[in-house]
Amino acid sequence: MSKLMPLLSANFGKIRPTSVEEYVCTGGFTGLRKAIKMTPQEIIDEVKTAKLRGRGGAGYPTGAKWQQLYDIKHSPKYIVCNADEGEPGTFKDKRLLEKDPLRVIEGMTIAGYVFNAQEGYIYIRGEYAAQQRVFQEAVDQAVAAGYLGENILGTEYSYHIHVMTGAGAYVCGENSALLNSLEGKAGRPRVKPPHLAEVGLFQQPTLVNNVESFANIPTIVQIGGEKYLGYGTPESGGTKLICLSGTVANPGVYEIPFGITLRDIIYDEELGGGPGAKKKVKFFHLGGQSGPCGFLSQLDTAYCYQALREKGLSVGSGAIVVLDESVCVIDYLLTVTQFFMHESCGKCTPCREGNKQIYALLEKFSQGKATTADLQLLQRLSNLLPKTSFCGLGQAAATALSTCLKSLRSEFEAHIAGSCPAGVCFTKQGSGDR
Amino acid sequence: MKDFMNELRKEQVLKIIKEKGAVKENMLAILLAIQEASGRNYVHREWAKWVAEALGLPLSKVYDVLTFYAMFSTKPRGKFLLEICNSAPCHVAKSAVVVQMFTEELGIKMGETTADNLFTLQYTSCVGACDIGPVVKIGEKVYGHLTAAKVTQIIQTYREGAPCLN
Repeated sequence: MSKLMPLLSANFGKIRPTSVEEYVCTGGFTGLRKAIKMTPQEIIDEVKTAKLRGRGGAGYPTGAKWQQLYDIKHSPKYIVCNADEGEPGTFKDKRLLEKDPLRVIEGMTIAGYVFNAQEGYIYIRGEYAAQQRVFQEAVDQAVAAGYLGENILGTEYSYHIHVMTGAGAYVCGENSALLNSLEGKAGRPRVKPPHLAEVGLFQQPTLVNNVESFANIPTIVQIGGEKYLGYGTPESGGTKLICLSGTVANPGVYEIPFGITLRDIIYDEELGGGPGAKKKVKFFHLGGQSGPCGFLSQLDTAYCYQALREKGLSVGSGAIVVLDESVCVIDYLLTVTQFFMHESCGKCTPCREGNKQIYALLEKFSQGKATTADLQLLQRLSNLLPKTSFCGLGQAAATALSTCLKSLRSEFEAHIAGSCPAGVCFTKQGSGDR
Repeated sequence: MKDFMNELRKEQVLKIIKEKGAVKENMLAILLAIQEASGRNYVHREWAKWVAEALGLPLSKVYDVLTFYAMFSTKPRGKFLLEICNSAPCHVAKSAVVVQMFTEELGIKMGETTADNLFTLQYTSCVGACDIGPVVKIGEKVYGHLTAAKVTQIIQTYREGAPCLN
């Protein structure tokens, strides 16, 4: 039986992405048509029943988020779609934006209807300029066909979607930083509370959801929350778009039902296809650079929010980077830490300085200069960053390091003793791309 | 005439601002468009001043944005930015080898611009093409599964001014 479950990805490569006509032929906009005959609370209840959780990485229950905003009485309210997909190893929102943008538009429009919002914004990262163009074209087509804009489907309800650009800043994936960026400022995160549901874009109550989260909404409304939930596990409703990369035979985006195992995902012929002939998986990195690393003993864990959490792992953005035995954990973590060092906005000290210190220590390991004291210091820093950083970026920057210190400690110790098991460090050339 | 006037005159900058909409929320889009129109992938201080005036903001606010986001530069760069991804998935796919290919082919180091001002080599964080790594991004296009032959061909194509490779 196939392990794939194409609900969101059903149209990928099968329709012209910006054609309203072809989208409608595949059942597009039936969710919106049904939604405008429902009350907002009925729609929110379906999202709750579906147990949809935020697909950007945080995994916050979408129904609860919607209820909080719905219960706030200020207006106007704004709808914001977070398409600042910057988490390395993640490229599923890009697929949605370029292969089926109308599904995202439909989801954002249903959300607009629920909160009686007049304006929606999609913030697409600057690196996705090509996708911004496709999305704008899809918005224009939807307006022309009456599914968006003034008097949607002949009702009193009017709603506009604005396509906005980022300009290269990972931290803008953090929702409050994203709103600052949308307002034309530097994208530094805000102090919370107040929460964005109360004081969001232009100081107004705001909903911020990920691209994939919005893409799920039409399906949930169309088939009902209960049926949607049934595709996944009792706690993790529906499906997930996962992104496979690294040393794996079949890298790419796949849509899977929650509940299949990590082993299925990495080794199944229809999915990852394993690490290739004569290679062996050493570890894998889940949910992006900010996520934890997993190890061989965890391969039989079910891919769903609860089971992964119990093992200290997480779904995150859906990224799964597979690393075989040719990869040195120190070298890999250097790349991860360099990323956070570069992307830290500099607002708080633990993140700005902590990542630098971690990088310098890892460098000592890669040069064969590290001591046992350095290992202890690395351990201390990996505990410090999550506890003291201002926003999610710094709090998560040492997650991969922590998990590797725990499960691949022998490799750190080997470096202290002067050997790199993967044969990557101590060479004249080194890594070369830093 | 001053250097920056050769690249963009005030009326061109004002036209871009008008097209994008002269409100603060469009600052990023405006600055990106100016940068593209400059032909040298940068925003000159004078142009930033005109943006500040048009949006009714102090110049410092515009510079806050210009210096915060990785895609902006306040110094002239090459006509084409060759951005090599060095995030973890591409690193594992041996982006270091690609760096070497480009630096050898162009005779410059990372962060430098060729003498003819055509190419600047630089790193970028993940561009969401991890399934085809190692990759280089040039403008809106991403080239993956790079080999030495492909690198030579890409550079040749951009030299000839017809970037339509796939």
